[in-house]
Amino acid sequence: MNHLPLIIRREYFTKVKNKSFIVMTFLSPLIMIALFAVVAYLSQLNNDKERTISVLDETGYLEEVFQNTEFTTYTNLNGLSLDDAIALVKEKEDYGLLYIGKSGSLDNVSGNVKFYSEESPSLSVISGLELQIEKRLKEKKLELDGVSLAQIEASQTDIEIAQESFDGEKSSKIDNVVKLAFGGAAGYLLFMFIVIYGNMIMRSVIEEKTSRIIEVIISSVKPIQLMMGKIIGTSLAGITQFVIWVILGGVLLVIVSAIFGIDLTQVQTPQQEMMNQAMQADGTQAMAENLITAISNLPLTNLIIAFLFFFIGGYLLYSSLYAAIGAAVDNETDTQQFMLPILMPLILAVYVGVFTVIEDPHGTISTVFSFIPLTSPVVMLMRIPFGVPLWQQGLSLVLLLGTFIFAVWFAAKIYRVGILMYGKKPTYKELFKWLKY
Amino acid sequence: MNDLLVANSVSKNFGDFKALNQVSIAVPKGSIFGLLGPNGAGKTTLIRIINQITMPDEGSVLLDGQPLKPEHVRDIGYLPEERGLYKSMKVGEQCLYLAQLKGLTKTEAKARLKYWFDKLEIGDWWNKKIQELSKGQAQKIQFIVTVLHQPKLLIFDEPFSGFDPINANLIKDEILQLRDEGATVIFSTHRMESVEELCDHIALIHKSNKVLDGKLNDIKRQYKTNTFEVGLESLDREKVISEIQDKFEVLPATFRNLNDDIKLNIKINGQTSPNDLLSFLTSKAQVHHFVEVIPSASDIFIQTVKNNQ
Repeated sequence: MNHLPLIIRREYFTKVKNKSFIVMTFLSPLIMIALFAVVAYLSQLNNDKERTISVLDETGYLEEVFQNTEFTTYTNLNGLSLDDAIALVKEKEDYGLLYIGKSGSLDNVSGNVKFYSEESPSLSVISGLELQIEKRLKEKKLELDGVSLAQIEASQTDIEIAQESFDGEKSSKIDNVVKLAFGGAAGYLLFMFIVIYGNMIMRSVIEEKTSRIIEVIISSVKPIQLMMGKIIGTSLAGITQFVIWVILGGVLLVIVSAIFGIDLTQVQTPQQEMMNQAMQADGTQAMAENLITAISNLPLTNLIIAFLFFFIGGYLLYSSLYAAIGAAVDNETDTQQFMLPILMPLILAVYVGVFTVIEDPHGTISTVFSFIPLTSPVVMLMRIPFGVPLWQQGLSLVLLLGTFIFAVWFAAKIYRVGILMYGKKPTYKELFKWLKY
Repeated sequence: MNDLLVANSVSKNFGDFKALNQVSIAVPKGSIFGLLGPNGAGKTTLIRIINQITMPDEGSVLLDGQPLKPEHVRDIGYLPEERGLYKSMKVGEQCLYLAQLKGLTKTEAKARLKYWFDKLEIGDWWNKKIQELSKGQAQKIQFIVTVLHQPKLLIFDEPFSGFDPINANLIKDEILQLRDEGATVIFSTHRMESVEELCDHIALIHKSNKVLDGKLNDIKRQYKTNTFEVGLESLDREKVISEIQDKFEVLPATFRNLNDDIKLNIKINGQTSPNDLLSFLTSKAQVHHFVEVIPSASDIFIQTVKNNQ
């Protein structure tokens, strides 16, 4: 008798009809968007704050360097003494005073630059100023050596290395960023999904134990059917929740940004502005174009198929372990000691993904971890946008599948024995013994 | 083939612990079979094996002459001792779900549930959640769910716990009616008075072994000691007692009786018939009370367990 559809239906509808589930489903995006709105609003407030920086340049080298911008006004205090300048800045409540002391030669300037302010200035302001001064001094020095400004400008070369794999696949720096974003998002999504819904499965198993209905159910269906039904039903509920989150979040985001008039693509803080001023960043237009090519450069078909397989495989692997934990204990507080061995490989996978895959997606560590079944779903998902040979993906998937089958067998054993065990919290040794019952 | 369920030398180990040791039972069709034993004797393990929740290490279980297979769950209704329901699920929904797990179709289940809800007059609980019901009320639902699919074999583990005497009686009558309609019942309990009332057969499991098995009346016959409770009225009390003591073995008696004259437990040997004893007594005094002492299920239980210590 196949009761699986029946069990899945019950699990799904109990989850979906549950009040706290409904509240969470609709409230979470609201909270997220509200947070976003608050942050956006605050940064807008910040934007409105214009700051004035007074400049006292005793060397005369740095005239005309500091151009007023939307948020920053520079006032020239040349001619005043340092003390007077400080007093004046204090009185005017300026952001601060940039002081370039008298120096014998260009080489000595670097030791004589100071910034006076009421509170310690922001790091980005200081580094912005530093960049501008450095650039100007460099030009001055070159000019002294007889190089004209035009020559300097002409000598500026922008190098962008065009990357191409042996197969003729072209990529660029922005491609890598996009790949990282896609891989990271996929890996992180899986991680979140496992943690949230794995826990939900665990709680639902514990609930059946504490309400003592388990023996009634188990006299009608096989434990493994119940376990699989639980996992699938809860996952479907999870997917429902995720889809609602994405849709609701998207809609709300559009509404909120319309209300607050925030152009999402153009959110620019004074800090960024100052850095851009110094570095003369690329035009936004070219960026957007590159972005689109970068996305279309991704191995999309491979990405989607691999995402489905690794996501499902990884999720099922972990959720069967969660189900086993739920079966082994009587209440949620007892789960802690068993959670650690599950969370560790998961967190390790995320760390490897974040630190190693970014550095070198095809390095030894990344490759090895994308084969180890407990870490492979997350790490492999992060690697795939960078192009992973199909045999590697296949091998990793086979390993994952093998482990999954083993984990289900293992979990089903623990589950079968554990659901009927009440009382004391089992030790690892006892769990091992259960396997032989 | 008169036995619905037969267990042949069933053994089960949990690690080093032997939960069942070569236990065999045969449950006749249409009977109520009492499965007794002290706590931890192995009753629940045996019941779980019958329900295919755990598998035996050795031995086999036959239902209706066939080795147990997964399809048999439809033929068995099990009310475990550790029982409960999904607390936040509605009564009706829950009953339908559990009935479907036992293989009923939804319409079938609905019709039968209506019958039972009307019979037990609980129709208005349909949309309530289990957590809104009292323990006894939830037990009623549990009972209905157990019998709903009209199984051949019903297994009740402490079915009366949680019920007040009125409801316990109601459930008892339902069990008897199900038996009369052809169901076979395995009944596990520690309440000896309900064993006395309900069971035709009993088996006693102690320390993983079956130590007693058979028809309740046969077992009682085995355990009886040919002792009679006697209540007499006489003017010459001392003399009558000493005359009886000369002829028979006399034990102190504790039975209750309206007259508190002479109360004795008199044991006779094989050669004396009860009639001989009675005629002897009538010749000596006025007989108010003359009853053979039949060992109660409780006596048998305690004695057997002690003997097997």
